[in-house]
Amino acid sequence: MNRDFYSNLIFEVSRPGRKGYKLPKNEFEKVALPSQLMRETAPELPEVDEPSVVRHYNNLSTNNFGVDTGFYPLGSCTMKYNPKINEEIASHPSITHLHPMQPESTVQGALELYHILQGYLAEIGGMKEFTLNPFAGAHGELTGLMVIRAYHMSRNDVKRVKVIVPDSAHGTNPASAAVAGLEIVEVKSREDGTVDVDDLRPLLDETIAAVMMTNPNTLGIFEKNIPEIANLVHEAGALLYYDGANLNPMLGMARPGDMGFDVMHINLHKTFSTPHGGGGPGSGPVGVREGLEQFLPNPRVVKNNDGSYSLSTTETALGCVSATLGNFAVQARALAYILSLGHEGLAEAGKLATLNANYVKERLRDSYLLPIDGLCKHEFVFDGLKDKSTGVTTLNVAKRLLDRGYHAPTIYFPLLFHEALMIEPTETESKDTLDEFISVMHDIAREATEDPETVKTAPHLTPVTRPDDTEAALHPIVTWSELNAK
Amino acid sequence: MSKIYYSPSHEYIRVEEDGTGFIGISDFAQHQLGNVVYVDMPEEGDEITAGEDFGAIESVKAASDLIAPVSGTVIAVNEALEDNPRLVNEDAMTNWIIKVEISDSTELDTLLDEEAYKALCENEH
Amino acid sequence: MSHRYFPHSQEDIASMLETCGVKTMDDLYADVPEQLKFKGTYNVPSEMSEHEVRKFFNALGRKNTTFDTILAGAGYYDHQAPAAIGSLISRSEFLTAYTPYQPEISQGTLQYIFEYQSMMTTLTGMEVSNASMYDGATATAEAIMMAVAAGRKKNRILISATVAPSVKSVVYTYAKYHGIIVDEIPATNNGTTSIPDLEQMLSSGDVAGVVVATPNFYGILEDYTGVADICHKAKSLLIMHCIAGDLASIKSPGEWGADITVGDAQSLGIPLSYGGPYLGFLCAKKSLMRKMPGRIVGATKDSEGRRTFVLTLQAREQHIRREKATSNICSNQGLMALYVTIYMSLLGAKGLRETTEAGIAGAHWLCNKLTATGKFTQTYPDSVYLNEFCLTATDATYIDNFMQQAETEGILAGVKLSDNNLLIAVTETASKESLEKLVEIGNNL
Repeated sequence: MNRDFYSNLIFEVSRPGRKGYKLPKNEFEKVALPSQLMRETAPELPEVDEPSVVRHYNNLSTNNFGVDTGFYPLGSCTMKYNPKINEEIASHPSITHLHPMQPESTVQGALELYHILQGYLAEIGGMKEFTLNPFAGAHGELTGLMVIRAYHMSRNDVKRVKVIVPDSAHGTNPASAAVAGLEIVEVKSREDGTVDVDDLRPLLDETIAAVMMTNPNTLGIFEKNIPEIANLVHEAGALLYYDGANLNPMLGMARPGDMGFDVMHINLHKTFSTPHGGGGPGSGPVGVREGLEQFLPNPRVVKNNDGSYSLSTTETALGCVSATLGNFAVQARALAYILSLGHEGLAEAGKLATLNANYVKERLRDSYLLPIDGLCKHEFVFDGLKDKSTGVTTLNVAKRLLDRGYHAPTIYFPLLFHEALMIEPTETESKDTLDEFISVMHDIAREATEDPETVKTAPHLTPVTRPDDTEAALHPIVTWSELNAK
Repeated sequence: MSKIYYSPSHEYIRVEEDGTGFIGISDFAQHQLGNVVYVDMPEEGDEITAGEDFGAIESVKAASDLIAPVSGTVIAVNEALEDNPRLVNEDAMTNWIIKVEISDSTELDTLLDEEAYKALCENEH
Repeated sequence: MSHRYFPHSQEDIASMLETCGVKTMDDLYADVPEQLKFKGTYNVPSEMSEHEVRKFFNALGRKNTTFDTILAGAGYYDHQAPAAIGSLISRSEFLTAYTPYQPEISQGTLQYIFEYQSMMTTLTGMEVSNASMYDGATATAEAIMMAVAAGRKKNRILISATVAPSVKSVVYTYAKYHGIIVDEIPATNNGTTSIPDLEQMLSSGDVAGVVVATPNFYGILEDYTGVADICHKAKSLLIMHCIAGDLASIKSPGEWGADITVGDAQSLGIPLSYGGPYLGFLCAKKSLMRKMPGRIVGATKDSEGRRTFVLTLQAREQHIRREKATSNICSNQGLMALYVTIYMSLLGAKGLRETTEAGIAGAHWLCNKLTATGKFTQTYPDSVYLNEFCLTATDATYIDNFMQQAETEGILAGVKLSDNNLLIAVTETASKESLEKLVEIGNNL
C-alpha cells in the first residue's frame, strides 16, 4: 500500500463538487423556513466520491489490528473470536428495520428475543432476573449501583452512601460509584492478591451500601473467601456486587448468584463474543437476585399469561438508564452465540480459557516474574521480566510484541505491581498459536539481555512508532481545523 | 526570611514573613509524576482547607490531586503554568502553583520540615 | 466435546494439562470451594448449527412487522444508508479491534475518531468533541454532570419541558443518584420553551446548566435568540440537545451560543435496530475540554516525525483517575462513530442539507394534507417545524384507526403520544405514493 497517499485524512481527499450519494427523488415542493432559524454557513464536511471514500477507509483499516488479524492477549478484555454468524443475524432487516417506538404488537419477536436472552443470562449468572438496557459494562455497573441505592432508599436506609472497592479493582468501579453518588472506600489485597477479609471486616459499618468485587479478581485469582465475604457483607446490611468483566472462566463452573452476589453485570462484548468495534458498541446487562427485581430500570420486558410480551414500567424501578431497550443488535449477537455454543459449549468455554491461561503462565514463568504462584483462572499477571538488570521495561516488551505481530497484553494494570503485564488468552486460541506466542515472548526476553537497545526502542515495524504523547496532551489538537491551521 | 514546610502528600508551602504562603509540589513529586501536561488550579478568592484537594496536576499517564497543606484563601494563581505547565518539571520549588493567605498558622506545626521530608522521600523510593 | 469455535484437540488438552501439572480440567478449579461449583447443566438449548441458529432467528423475525415506510421519529429516524458503510464497518480490522490503547497498531481507529471529532465539531459549531457516547439521552445526562463539575458549587440544572421525555427520564435518573437538582422549564402553548420562566428560574443563581432542544420533541425549531446571553449572565452553561442529521441545515448550537452540544447521531443513516446501537455525541467549547467525559483523540508526531493520532487527555478518564474521573464511561459506540463518519464523508454538507430539505418538504406536504381532512389539527400551528409535527385528532378513535389501517399498507404512521396526539416524522425515504395513501386513509376515517 502507498502509505504516503492513503494516510491522508478524508478532508485532504476532499475536492469541491464531488459527492458520494444519490437521494431518492424528492417529489414535494421545497419549503423555506424562516432564515433566522437556519444555519448561516455550511459545516466544513469533506466532498468525496464513493470509490474514494471506500478506498480511504479500507486503507485505514489496514493500520489496525483486530482479533481476526492475530492473537490479542489483552488482559481483562476477553478478546475471544467473534463468530461471523452473529454478524449475519444482527444485520437481518427483522432486527435492523424496527423503530424503537413501534407498537408492541408489531415487535413481539424482538421482545421475545430480549426475554429469551435475559432468561439465559439469569440462568448463567444464577440470578433471578436481568435487564439488557445498559449500553456497556460501565453503564451496567452504574445501573447495578443504582439498583443497590434504590434498594437501600426503599428501606429508608439513607446513611448507606459508601462503596467498598478492592485496591486491585478496575478503575471503572470507583468511577461508576462516584457517578452513582457514592463515596469510595478501598480495601487492601493480601500478598496473594485476594481481598483481605480482616481488612474488610472493620470497614463494614452502617454507611456501606455495597462491596464491589470481580471473581476471579483482576489478577485472575479466584477469591475463595467469597462465601465468608458474602456473609459479612450481608450481615452488615450491605449488598455484594459482581463486576462481570471476568465472568468468562466461570462459564460452566460457578455462578455469581451461588457465590452470594446480589447484583451483577455482564459484558456481552467480553464473555458473549460480541465484537469490541474499536471501543463499542458494547452491552452491559444487569442481573439481580430474587427480591431486587423491582428496582431494575424501566422499561422491562415481561411475558404475559397469554404468551405475548409487553413493556412494563413500575414506580419501584430505579428510573431509566436508557431511552430504549439498549443496544438491541448487540443483544441479538450474544443470543446467537449462546445458541451456537449451547449448554455443552458454554460448559467447556470457561475451562478452556483457564487451561490456556495456565499453560501460557507455566511456559513463561522461567523468563517473566510471576509474583503470585498457583492456579490462575482466565488471566494472570507477570511483574515484568525476571531479569531486571537490563533496564527493559514492561512497556518495551509490549511494544516489541507489536513488531512480532501480536497485540500487546494489558500493561501497568493492576496497580499492585510496578511492571504489571497481564495476559488473557481466551478459549478460542489454539495450542499452536500459544506456542508461537510463548516462543516470541522467550525471544524478547533473550533479546532484552543480548540487545536491550532494540527492545527499548521498539516498535520498529509498525505503521507509526512511539508517538509523542506529551506534546499531544500539552497542546491538544483535536480537530482537522486545528491541525490545518497549524 | 521564608520557611519551607512539606506535607506527606508531597506539597510544599513556602511561608513568607507577611503570613502568606506559596504552595507547590516538591521536586520529588514532579519527578515521580513525569512530564507535567496540565495543572488544574483554583480561582483567586477560593477557600482551601487543609487536607482537602484544591486542584490536580496531570502528566500523560497519571494524575494527582493537589492537597492543601494548610487552610486559607487563594490570593494568586501562577498563570505561567497555564501556558507552560512543564515549568513545574524545570524547577518545582520556584514555580509555585498558588499563593494563599494562611488562616490558621498552627496548622503549619503538623507539617514536615526539610529534613523529615527528605527522610520520607527516601523511604518511599 | 469440541466445538467449532474451540481449536483444542484431545492431545492438545492432555499435553497442556501436563504442563500445568494437573490431571484434569476440573483440577484447574481446585481453588474454587466445592459448594460454589455449578453441578448442573445450564437450562439453555443444546449446541446449534448455523442453519438452526438462522431458523431460530427467522422464526422470531416473523413475529415482527417491518414497515416499508417508517413515519415514526421521536428522536430516531429512518434514513437511506449507503451500502458502502455496511461493507466498510464490517472490515474485521475495525470490527474486531479493542480500544486503541496501542497507537502503533490502531491508527485506523484513531484516525477515524479524529475525523469523526472534526466532523462533529463543524456540524455543531463547537470546538471539541469526544469519541462518542452511548446515545443522546445518556450524552445529555453526562452533559449535566459536566456542567455541575464546571460550575463548582452550583448543583441545579434546568431542563426545558420540550426536550424529549425519553431523554428527560434518563437525565432525571442520573441526577437523582448523582445528587443534582433538576427543575423543568415550562412550555408555552406553542410547544416552545417559556423564556420568561427560564429567566425567572435562573435568578436563584445556583443553576449550573440549562438544557434546551433544537429541534425539540415536537419537531419544532425554537427561536433561542438571546437565550445564551441570559444563561451566561447567570453564570450558567447552555446545553443544546440536537438531532445530528439536521445540523447542516438549521442554526447550529455554536451559532446560538451554546457551551455544550449533545444528542443522538442515529439520524446520520444508522439503522433503527429497535433502539440500538445508536450514537450519542458530546461537543463543547474548548474551555470545557478537560471537563469532558470519555475518550478524545489528538494529533501528534511519532519518533520519525510522521503525523500520528493518539488518545489524549487521558488523565480525565476512569482508568487513571478512578473516582475522580469526569465520567465512568469506557467503551462508547466506536464503530457507530465510524458509521457516521463514512456517512458524512459520502454525503458532505450538501447531501445532509438535501436530506433534511426532503424531510421538511414531505412533512409540510403531509401535515397540510392531513389537517385538510378535518380529522386532525396541528397541535402547535404557530410554531416552525422541521420534518416532524404533532397532530391532535378531532375524535379519540381516529389515531388507533389511522395507525391500524396504515399498518396494513406497510406504513408506520407515527408515534402515538396520547389518545389524541400523534407525532409524525417524514424523511427522504418516504415516497409520495405512500404519503398519498396515508392521506387517503385519513380522509376515509
